[in-house]
Amino acid sequence: MRTVKLLGLLILAVLAMVSYSEAGEAGIKVAILAPLSGPVPTFGVMTRDGALLAIDEWNAKGGVLGKKITPVVEDSQCTPDPAVNAANKVIDQDKVKYIVGEVCSKASIPVSEIANSKKVVQISPTSTNPDVTVGKDGKVKQYIFRACFIDPFQGQVGAKFALGTLKAKTAFIMLDQANDYVKGLAEFFEKSFTAGGGKIVGKETYTAKDTDFSVILAKVAAAKPDVVYLPDYYNVVNLATKQAKEKGIKAPFMGGDGWDSSDLDLKAADGGFFTNHYSPEDTRPEVRNLVKAFGAKYKDDKQQPKVPDALAALAYDATNLLLTAIKQANSEDTTKVAAALAKINFNAVSGKITFDKNHNPVKSATILAVKDGKVVFNSVVNP
Amino acid sequence: MPAPVANQTPSSAARKPGAHLVWIGRGFLWLIAALAVFVLGRDLINDPPLFAQIVLSGLQLGFVYALIALGYTMVYGIVKLINFAHGDVFMVGAFVSFYAVTRFELHRWPALVFPGISPVVTVVVGPITVMLLSMVVCMAMAVTIERVAYKPLRDAPRIAALITAIGVSFFLEFFGALSFVFSPRFIPYQRPFEVVTWYVKDGIHLVVEGKSPPEGSVTFSNIFLIIVVASVLMQVLLQFLVRRTKMGKAMRATAFDKPAARLMGINVDQVISFTFAVGAAFAGLGGVLYAIAYSSIWSQMGILPGLKAFVAAVLGGIGSIPGAFVGALIMGQAEALTMGYISTPMRDAVAFTILILVLLIRPTGIFGEPEKEKA
Repeated sequence: MRTVKLLGLLILAVLAMVSYSEAGEAGIKVAILAPLSGPVPTFGVMTRDGALLAIDEWNAKGGVLGKKITPVVEDSQCTPDPAVNAANKVIDQDKVKYIVGEVCSKASIPVSEIANSKKVVQISPTSTNPDVTVGKDGKVKQYIFRACFIDPFQGQVGAKFALGTLKAKTAFIMLDQANDYVKGLAEFFEKSFTAGGGKIVGKETYTAKDTDFSVILAKVAAAKPDVVYLPDYYNVVNLATKQAKEKGIKAPFMGGDGWDSSDLDLKAADGGFFTNHYSPEDTRPEVRNLVKAFGAKYKDDKQQPKVPDALAALAYDATNLLLTAIKQANSEDTTKVAAALAKINFNAVSGKITFDKNHNPVKSATILAVKDGKVVFNSVVNP
Repeated sequence: MPAPVANQTPSSAARKPGAHLVWIGRGFLWLIAALAVFVLGRDLINDPPLFAQIVLSGLQLGFVYALIALGYTMVYGIVKLINFAHGDVFMVGAFVSFYAVTRFELHRWPALVFPGISPVVTVVVGPITVMLLSMVVCMAMAVTIERVAYKPLRDAPRIAALITAIGVSFFLEFFGALSFVFSPRFIPYQRPFEVVTWYVKDGIHLVVEGKSPPEGSVTFSNIFLIIVVASVLMQVLLQFLVRRTKMGKAMRATAFDKPAARLMGINVDQVISFTFAVGAAFAGLGGVLYAIAYSSIWSQMGILPGLKAFVAAVLGGIGSIPGAFVGALIMGQAEALTMGYISTPMRDAVAFTILILVLLIRPTGIFGEPEKEKA
């Protein structure tokens, strides 16, 4: 028995070595850190699919610098600890030098610390918190970039839209104080809205696990605001808007890109607006090409072509930005790639991207409306 | 806030700590109560419709808690076990109804089986069938849990059974979180009936979709009415069961003195199983109603409502059935008023502060009697 066991172990060890050396030789490796489980799994799946599509397209054209690109996908759960473990694993074990991810700011921030100290280039597709690319000392992190605009911008655009297009004079803010993303948007919405002459008639906090919003909504009904700003993720939006409809609250709800999900309850959120990175209904050729290629590669439960949401589009953009930078740098050296990224001028799906000095992209935002069971393109707001 | 209390404690308190603490605690409690009455009175005068709306939210929550609290209190009354898995039975109840509605369209069975039947019958009978199914599944599950996990430990120290209860609770939560069971996601709940809302202002009117109710009105929905009716009905049913039936008599006898009850020819094991089953049925119904009211379910939804219902049972006097009911209503109001007039994240803090205060000042609760001498 013992010899059999030993033999087995030996074989396993040899196999591991073989697979390891094989992995070491494979072209250029790009890690994709996405929350495939945890509270927002639809975000993770779309991010992974968008990034994989971009890698496939590059490989079909012969890869980059004459080498094939190998994706390394890890589940980082939108949570700091698993994200850090995944980052350490891909950097130390898989010897990856480029990371696309994480989706959530609270996971991207700790990953960026590790990546920057180990000179690994990281592009987060969707983390909107300013701290992802800028350290606590106020200095920009040399190797860290993002493909999306940041929280202040979304809050400002939301306020601009509420004041201008919706002609709102009063707003009510609902926020989860423990969520940096929600807090960031709410803060800058409030600032821009009051600066533009609007009035905040109420501000109520809840916690992430709340399911009963009846008391907060009773206050909303009493305050009679023109708009309700609820910049949270789709699961909270579903509950709050449904309960608001049942209470007969007519004021439109507004939010940010957290609303963008196939699980958003379109009936409950009807009449609402949210700021987003892109719309699949946009007619620019970059958008049309992505929608076509994505739909051809991925199918939904009913075997219909899947429509890429903003997460897929941004992951696609982030991966393309990275690979274009490697090509322009004409080197795998991460310092050169980071330098190429910093001065890139790239025509992405989510708009023309250049980076400012804090590695935040300068580009436009899209306003989407929820209407008659569909999410429709409303307008584009430039910074 | 605890600081002034500590300052008031005289240095001689070390001699008779109990007596001093009780008096300081009582004074503190009265102070808080007076403050609360003052603040709430002011809020009531400021905006009566808003106050009424918040109280209605509290009632809705309280009646759901009451259903869960009954199970805690009954089981404790009989076997002196705090059944921490009770909140998870509540969760299973919600999920059973979810699958019954979305997969099997059980809420529409009268219309599917008898196509010509009047829609009113479907709307009434369908959802009731869904609730009954959840109750039955929860009963079966609770009896199984009792047989497998608690019965072998009946003569073991009480702490062993308590820890087992916590283990069963964790098992249900994390087994439910597996992707092929209930999944770890928040799932939007499809209601077995449509929501209808009314508002009260110069009489009761229907809220028309897309039209806001007038200023200063109070709204309530059919969900609220169903929760109140179901909860009160179950309470009455339980009172009847315990006071007027033979099984109820056996339950009371078992609660009072288990060995003596056994000597009198009562099948104690059967009585205990029955108690678990009845408690679980109420929790299952509570789960369905909670899911209908707040329209989102997930595998850990039972933890907080379960804990709060437990606090309600302790507040009312654990082991006392009317106590659980009154305690739950108080808890519902405490939570709603905290959300309304302090802040939403404070509500759990207030709920558990109530538990601490009750345990400090009147450990037997409102309706509980001081521990009696037993043979």
